[in-house]
Amino acid sequence: MRVVVCVKQIPDPASPFELDPDTHFLQRPEDQVLDDTDRYGVEMGLTIAEQTEGSVALVSMGPAGSLQGIRQALAMGADRAVVIDDPNLRGADSLATARVLTAAISREGFDVVIAGTESTDGYSGVVPQQIAELLNVPLLSFAKKVDLEGDRIRIERQTDYGFDLVEAAPPAVITVTSGVVEPRYPTFKGIMAAKSKPIDQVSAGELGVTTAAGQEIVAVRAAPERAAGEVIEDEGDAHLRIVQLLEQAKVI
Amino acid sequence: MTVYAPPLKDLRFVLHNLIGLDRLAALPGFEHVEADLVDAVLDEAGKLLTDVWFPLNRTGDIEGSQLRDGTVVTPAGFKDAYEQMVQAGWLGIPFPTEYGGGNMPATIVTAVTEMANATNPSLAMAPALSQGALDALLEHGSEELKEIYVRRLMTGEWTGTMCLTEPQAGSDVGALTTKALPADDGSWRIQGTKIFISFGDHDLTENIIHLVLARTPDSPPGTKGISLFVVPKYLVEDDGSLGESNDVKTVSLEHKMGIKASPTAVLSFGEEGEGSVGYLVGEERMGMRYMFTMMNNARLAVGLSGVALGEIAYQNALAYSQERVQSRPIGAPEDAVTPIIGHADVRRMLMTMKAQVEAMRALTLENAFALDMARNHPDEETREQYRLYADLLTPVSKAWATDLGIEVTSMAIQVYGGLGYIEESGMPQFYRDARIGAIYEGTNGIQALDLIGRKLPAGGGAAIMGMVGNMKAIDGELAAAGDRFNSMRTLLADGVAALEQATGWLAMNGMQDPNQAAAGATPYLRMLGTVAGAYFLAKSALAASKLLEEGSPDKEFLEAKIDTARFYAEQLLPLGTALLGPVTAGKETLFAIDPDQMGH
Ligand SMILES: Cc1cc2nc3c(=O)[nH]c(=O)nc-3n(C[C@H](O)[C@H](O)[C@H](O)COP(=O)(O)OP(=O)(O)OC[C@H]3O[C@@H](n4cnc5c(N)ncnc54)[C@H](O)[C@@H]3O)c2cc1C
Repeated sequence: MRVVVCVKQIPDPASPFELDPDTHFLQRPEDQVLDDTDRYGVEMGLTIAEQTEGSVALVSMGPAGSLQGIRQALAMGADRAVVIDDPNLRGADSLATARVLTAAISREGFDVVIAGTESTDGYSGVVPQQIAELLNVPLLSFAKKVDLEGDRIRIERQTDYGFDLVEAAPPAVITVTSGVVEPRYPTFKGIMAAKSKPIDQVSAGELGVTTAAGQEIVAVRAAPERAAGEVIEDEGDAHLRIVQLLEQAKVI
Repeated sequence: MTVYAPPLKDLRFVLHNLIGLDRLAALPGFEHVEADLVDAVLDEAGKLLTDVWFPLNRTGDIEGSQLRDGTVVTPAGFKDAYEQMVQAGWLGIPFPTEYGGGNMPATIVTAVTEMANATNPSLAMAPALSQGALDALLEHGSEELKEIYVRRLMTGEWTGTMCLTEPQAGSDVGALTTKALPADDGSWRIQGTKIFISFGDHDLTENIIHLVLARTPDSPPGTKGISLFVVPKYLVEDDGSLGESNDVKTVSLEHKMGIKASPTAVLSFGEEGEGSVGYLVGEERMGMRYMFTMMNNARLAVGLSGVALGEIAYQNALAYSQERVQSRPIGAPEDAVTPIIGHADVRRMLMTMKAQVEAMRALTLENAFALDMARNHPDEETREQYRLYADLLTPVSKAWATDLGIEVTSMAIQVYGGLGYIEESGMPQFYRDARIGAIYEGTNGIQALDLIGRKLPAGGGAAIMGMVGNMKAIDGELAAAGDRFNSMRTLLADGVAALEQATGWLAMNGMQDPNQAAAGATPYLRMLGTVAGAYFLAKSALAASKLLEEGSPDKEFLEAKIDTARFYAEQLLPLGTALLGPVTAGKETLFAIDPDQMGH
């Protein structure tokens, strides 16, 4: 199967994210890392490709920078990457993002598109749904397990109470929840090989997409400081008060 | 619960600014060593080691390796953790591509080895021993031996051992008595007992390749009569498959102070019949020379365990010092309290640890870089020059870094106070694990003798003179770098002058009476390490200052580099400079009291 995995480079979460004071966009350093949640998608993509003697292409939109994050995914074993780095798309909303990714995915050709449920720096969580709609293919969302059953794809869709079994015939879009598979560690050979794997850097125009950012961030406000916790002085009855609080919180 | 984050930032700083990746990439064979690749290697190796090796460090310490029914069982999870490193290809990175290795420079391998030693020093020994065996085989082994053994040792499918020590032959390898008798088919039969053999038996791999020092018939006594043999645990058939079990018996395992997950075995060769089957490496009676090939990298690797354990102990002490609230800071109001990092004495400990770890890291990476230059530089004279330099640095990396590893891990216990003495805090393990570094691969006392007896005079003293010259050469730059560099400059000049004087004294007196020089060997090694450490940190500070001028965004880190170098120069370097006295005091007071009178 031809698998396309949507991945995103984000600033290293180890250092605090900062916003540009003028544009209100997230500041993106040269060196960005692969969003950790995308490692699961890449792992599932690689597994499907291995089972079907297929291939894995990565599609990513955002400032290319040093491409470090993309190389991390290539080092895991993906075959090639398309990176759409277009200054006109800085701060694009989710629909614009979905349009651009859809164009790149269509150009690659696919049987399965895999994406995370949401990115760690944006958290909009709707791009994969929009891609499925734009591609006009079924969406298998919140997959915690993916099986190929003959020519159908069956997933276990994570729910609050357990999981649903959902099936579709490819082509389809799958979203993968974090932590459901163990992403492989890149091997040394994989890292060496990633150096020479093709990374195609294109603009939206080259994909034939004329969409613009689609939104303007007019103001950003800091989240309210978390209120200080309640200190309970123990005068012999603290345990009762704690039980009461836990009951209010409906945890007991 | 202890923590560890790979010190990627400092490793990168040293690689980029002290060593210069461009100088590595300029060496024939290392064209592929670009910054992106190095970043990816350090990132991904660090991640795997932290995720997979580190969680087993403490459980491995508690469980230990055990001898059950004649075979060694490593702690739960070790086999899988080792295999993951093999599978990801990390163990092969130092070796030539023609055998399936990764052909990475020693400098980069050293950075990875440091992380391995921090996350799990016991397990990190297995590949270090294989490397020793490989170095000897690659350099001195016949094509036939290489064909059979090299590839699988390289990938980590098999591991190697170094079998030197016997009950009566520790530091004095020449006293060994294990025998090798020729067999009709050109192979040899080995008989004897080896003690303290690290990873002498284990369940990580299906075969173990022992490199054994032994005596052939009619060999002269002492080191001149020693030969080196390959003795596999399982014999290898012509088609590469494993055949019969060789006659090598694990007699017992030691109960140790530290590195408890690393099995330390007593091995008996040829107990059952006429001897274990062995194959001669290179020529007869050249074993001692081959042994040095085997030990060279291993000594640097042992030094790295000092850096690594210092680093992890420091990281934990730093974190704890910011959490533990105790006492009123001096000059603060009556009811004020502070995390202990607010106290001057705790700061002193933390700064000492930080500065020493960074100094050790710089020195060991420089040592590795010298090895790369010595092997890969196109010009023969340059290669020779760097060979002498690497030879000079190796005993210093080994002994100075392991001594400091012990001191830093001990200091980390001190920062924790009483909790540091309690096993559950994890801090005692770092100290216990660090303690072996000063003993094996040649005790630190033997390293100091090697330094003054062999390494200083080699090449007419070219290496030490070159090093002293380099240290003096940055004086102008330090002078031009502004007031903040003043103390560094004058104190480094003092240190270098004292080092020169001490070196001259050893050369003069060592000729007349070697015991005079031997008496000063250990303080001299410490002095050389300390002054060199100050020099590397001063160079780091100069590089940091330059980057700041160029507007680097990494302001806090670079400022800290300069302040760390200042601290080292003002607080630690003078202790090294002051060793001029002990180095040149000679043997007189050491031998003044008759052993009979030394009791109380
Ligand atoms: C955990 C562990 C793992 C080991 N792994 C291995 C291994 O894999 N393979 C292997 O072959 N060996 C191994 N060893 C052995 C180790 O290398 C020796 O213990 C070490 O070389 C010292 O020898 P020794 O114990 O006989 O001490 P000794 O040689 O008896 O030394 C005792 C003291 O005397 C000093 N001394 C001795 N001779 C001199 C001298 N000429 N001048 C000045 N001082 C001197 C030493 O510095 C030391 O302080 C291991 C040991 C341990 C504890």
